[in-house]
Amino acid sequence: MNSQLNKQNGISFAAGFIFAIGLAISGMTQPQKIIGFLNPWDWDPSLLFVMIGAVGIHIIAYPLIRKRSTPLLETKWHVPTRKDITARLVLGSALFGIGWGLGGFCPGPGVTSLTFGDLRAVLFTTAMVLGMILFKKTERYLKLRE
Amino acid sequence: MNLNQALHSLAGGALIGISVTLMLLFNGRITGISGIISSSLTKPTRDGLWRWLFIVGLIAGGFLIQIIRPDFFTNNSERSTAAVIIAGLLVGYGTVLGSGCTSGHGICGVSRLSLRSGLATVTFMLFGFLTVQAIRYFAGGSI
Repeated sequence: MNSQLNKQNGISFAAGFIFAIGLAISGMTQPQKIIGFLNPWDWDPSLLFVMIGAVGIHIIAYPLIRKRSTPLLETKWHVPTRKDITARLVLGSALFGIGWGLGGFCPGPGVTSLTFGDLRAVLFTTAMVLGMILFKKTERYLKLRE
Repeated sequence: MNLNQALHSLAGGALIGISVTLMLLFNGRITGISGIISSSLTKPTRDGLWRWLFIVGLIAGGFLIQIIRPDFFTNNSERSTAAVIIAGLLVGYGTVLGSGCTSGHGICGVSRLSLRSGLATVTFMLFGFLTVQAIRYFAGGSI
C-alpha cells in the first residue's frame, strides 16, 4: 500500500511537470494572451486552442477511464459528483473572473511562472494564497449555504 | 495570431489534456489547481503529499522551460503591481468559494460534461470579459 502511495506521488509530480510545460508552450504564462482572449476587439484566440487541445483529449479519455472499477494506483475514484447549482458556485466564479481579467493570471500559470523573476507573477501567487486563507477565515461569516 | 502560434497553443493544450488524464487514470483524481493549492495549505499529511508534489512539478516544469525559452514568460500586460495583488486576492478567494478554476472547472469539469463546471466556466469567462472591457473603457486598457 505504501509503495502505491509513493507511485501516486510520482505521478503527481510528473503530471504537474507536464502541465507546466503545456501552459508555457501554449502561451498561457503570458498574461497579455489571457487579456487578449477576453477582448474581442483585438482578439487573441490562444486560450480557445488550448481548451480544444486539453478538452479534446480528456473528453474522450474520461468515459473510457471511468469504465474501470478503480484507478490504477488507488482503491476509489475522487471525482466530484455534486450536481446542485449554488450561489457560492456562481459568486465565486464571478469573483475569480474579475481577478482573472484584472491580472491576466489564473492559478496554474501563476505558480508555473514563480521562478521566472517577474515580480508580478510572484505578487499574484502570494496574494492568491492569502485570498484562499482569507476565505477559510471568513467562511463561517458567509450567509450562503454550502 | 499566426498558424505557428495556434499550433503551439493546441500542442500545449494537448499536454495539459495528457496531464489531467494521467492524474485520473493512475490516481483517480481531477486536476483542479486552485483546489490542490488551497487543500495543501493545511498541515501536511502523508495522504496529502501528492498535492505538494504536483505543485513542485508545476514549479520545476516552469523552471525548465524558462531556461530553454524565456520568451514564453514575457509579461507585456499593462497591469500594475497593485492590480495584480488585488487580482490575486480575488482569484484566491473566488476559486475556493466557487470550488474551482480554469483547470478544475474549465478543463476537467467541462470534459465530464458537468453542468456545475459548465456554468462556472461561462461565469468566469463572462466576468473576465466584463473586467477587461471596463478597464479598456474607463482606464484606456492599462491599470
